[in-house]
Amino acid sequence: MTLQECYAAMGGNYEDAIGRLRSERLVQKFVLKFLDDGSYHLLCRSLEEKNYPEAFRAAHTIKGVCQNLSIDKLQSSSSRLCESLRNGYTPEADNLAEEVAADYQLTVSAIQAFQKESAG
Amino acid sequence: MSTEQKQKILIVDDSELNRAILADMLDDEYEIIEAENGLQGVGLLQQRGSEISLVLLDIVMPEMDGFGVLQVMGENHWIEDVPVIMISAESGSSHIERAYELGVTDFISRPFDALIVHRRVVNTIMLYAKQKRLANMVADQIYENEQRSSLLIDILSHIVEFRNGESGLHVLNVRTLTELMLNHLMQKTDRYQLSPSDISTICTASALHDIGKISIDEKILNKPGRFTEEEFAIMKTHSLAGAEMLENLPIHQDDPLVKVAYHICRWHHERWDGRGYPDGLRGDEIPISAQIVALADVYDALTSKRCYKDSFSHEKAVEMILAGQCGAFNPLLIECLEELAPEIPTQMNNSNSVAQRDRREMRNVAQEMRRHEELTASERTLQLLEHERIKYSFFADMSKEIQFEYTVSPPMITLSPWGADHLGLEEIIMDPLHQPEAKAVIDPFDLKSFTDVLRSTSPDLPVVTYDCKLNYKGKWRWTQIVARAIWSNDEPPRYTGAIGKAVDIHDSRMKLNALERMASHDALTGLLNHAYAKKRILERIEARPAASYALVIFDLDHFKAANDTYGHSFGDQVLVHLAEKLRQCIRGGDIAARAGGDEFLIFLEYKDEVETVISRIFQSLGGQFEQFPLSISMGVALTERVTGGYDVLFHAADAALYTVKRGGRGHYRFYDDSMRETLSVISPIEDGGDAPEDV
Repeated sequence: MTLQECYAAMGGNYEDAIGRLRSERLVQKFVLKFLDDGSYHLLCRSLEEKNYPEAFRAAHTIKGVCQNLSIDKLQSSSSRLCESLRNGYTPEADNLAEEVAADYQLTVSAIQAFQKESAG
Repeated sequence: MSTEQKQKILIVDDSELNRAILADMLDDEYEIIEAENGLQGVGLLQQRGSEISLVLLDIVMPEMDGFGVLQVMGENHWIEDVPVIMISAESGSSHIERAYELGVTDFISRPFDALIVHRRVVNTIMLYAKQKRLANMVADQIYENEQRSSLLIDILSHIVEFRNGESGLHVLNVRTLTELMLNHLMQKTDRYQLSPSDISTICTASALHDIGKISIDEKILNKPGRFTEEEFAIMKTHSLAGAEMLENLPIHQDDPLVKVAYHICRWHHERWDGRGYPDGLRGDEIPISAQIVALADVYDALTSKRCYKDSFSHEKAVEMILAGQCGAFNPLLIECLEELAPEIPTQMNNSNSVAQRDRREMRNVAQEMRRHEELTASERTLQLLEHERIKYSFFADMSKEIQFEYTVSPPMITLSPWGADHLGLEEIIMDPLHQPEAKAVIDPFDLKSFTDVLRSTSPDLPVVTYDCKLNYKGKWRWTQIVARAIWSNDEPPRYTGAIGKAVDIHDSRMKLNALERMASHDALTGLLNHAYAKKRILERIEARPAASYALVIFDLDHFKAANDTYGHSFGDQVLVHLAEKLRQCIRGGDIAARAGGDEFLIFLEYKDEVETVISRIFQSLGGQFEQFPLSISMGVALTERVTGGYDVLFHAADAALYTVKRGGRGHYRFYDDSMRETLSVISPIEDGGDAPEDV
């Protein structure tokens, strides 16, 4: 699996990422780093604890990271979740959180597949 | 690689990945410092100051968000020296607007283009560096110019004085008094709207008040004795002559210094009542600058020796001016002079020596600067600061002490790295007086009284010492805090914070407590010893002299026999047992002590019926210890019946005990006058088990 295919699998925009970050090396380095980013776990925990300001910040961070790496699909859902939590809890947040969870899983499995092949 | 130090960029963003992306783009050319929330960012800015060339700042962060950081940077004027580029996924125009209002140089929205971020960072740093260099150049230039012009003014006025045969200090004295009067006047009234810069201009211009005298014939100028009317008329032209010289200057007509000097030259011989010269101005038609210089001129003329007169003392001179013998002045200024009079002589002396020192130092600095021509003065200051910073943090690390710095605004404590680690705290704590972290380390009561003590210091006596317990990662230990309050130079001074250190004194304090305990307690029974009990009894009586007290002394009957039969260690066990029984039968406020070998002492307060209390104690002390029957003899003295102080009271109880011993033992008696001549039972404690039966 190439980096380009990985982007396709997770609903990202490979050309845009390369265009902005200017090097395949950088994009690859940070896409792999995405696996270590703790924001998603923070989001899940904050939602469980009903700590909505913290959940807002976590969703906001995921959105920012996705913007940087042009991971559009997850960016879109995390951005909407973020807005639904901006002024505290709203009922839409529950569905959006599930959407983010699905997109996150999709993203992570695409990157993991890419990681396995590029390492092997 | 170049030996030049890389410039530093501070990245404040809560996402590690985002920081890493930015760092990756910039770390070839710049040194990257990272902070994971706004609070940490502020702390790093406080520590590193203008060492940081640029801040890349996120908006949404825990602890303190980006706007909070900008606010603190604005309040402390850091934003004037350290440019900020905001990078955020927040793209609402209200956010961007607010960021610019708070002083950011640039705003970059996510997703960003690496090239653009890089270019904007480089541009901003270059722009600020150029601006800084220009500001330095201007500052140096102004400094140099000011030095030069005050030098020129000094030379010029000295020439005038020289020709005038004056002391050479006249100009300096007039200047000093002018400054004193002006500052005092500004505190008294807001009638004259003068800024600090106006005051400084008037003081400098005061040196020129007599320049017109160079147009006067030296023969008249230095004539001993009184002027003829004709000579006086010529002499009087000097004020207008000086003013004309300034008016005819081909350039600098608009310079404030020239304008003020013109006023002073022309009108420093006007009088408040309108009878002065050259224009006969009256009251506040005369500029305040000229009014004050006129007064200062008169004062210095009176207190200096001149060719036509001897000098008057300071007191005499003030007296003459206040009495109106030397001209008519603004009543407000007369009030100022009267109020300032006591401090004028010392201030004059100080300023003379300060002026001499200043000049010497100026020469040194000038030489120094020539030696380091490649450095501007401002750069040198920065280097010195950097040097101090390195020195400070090195010694702070070495000293293994908790060192701290507290600022009132923004409210934060910075701890030395070692200190923070030792207490299990962050190095920087915002709003420490209200943070739970701080409350876990120091009792809120101590924190409050410590800050109160600091606030109650003065600029002259700013150092305080405060002992309290601190929590070192779960262990509360006695600690001595030595701190110095920092006061501003304002008038009145403001409390702006404190620096200090905390030293662990727990072990020495505990040792001291143990020593104190050893000195006050009997080693065998753990009861108080007699000396210490006496001290406590005296304190008790002194605190409530009107109350009724009983002093009880008792001993064990046949104790010597017990010692002889069963051995001394058995005797000791009996004493320990009895002491324990004693502890159980007295109330919390009572005092119990071992007074001698097997003698014990109780001191208690009573209200009505003392006999029942004594009887109850007596009953509960008796009994059996192993094979030894505990029989007690007891003597009691009451303060109600025995007067004359502790020793008399003690002797009375002792006499009552003796009476019991002689009368068959095993009961108690109150002291009465029949026992006046009886002997003592008490044996000193050194004799240990010696029994009272011997008596």
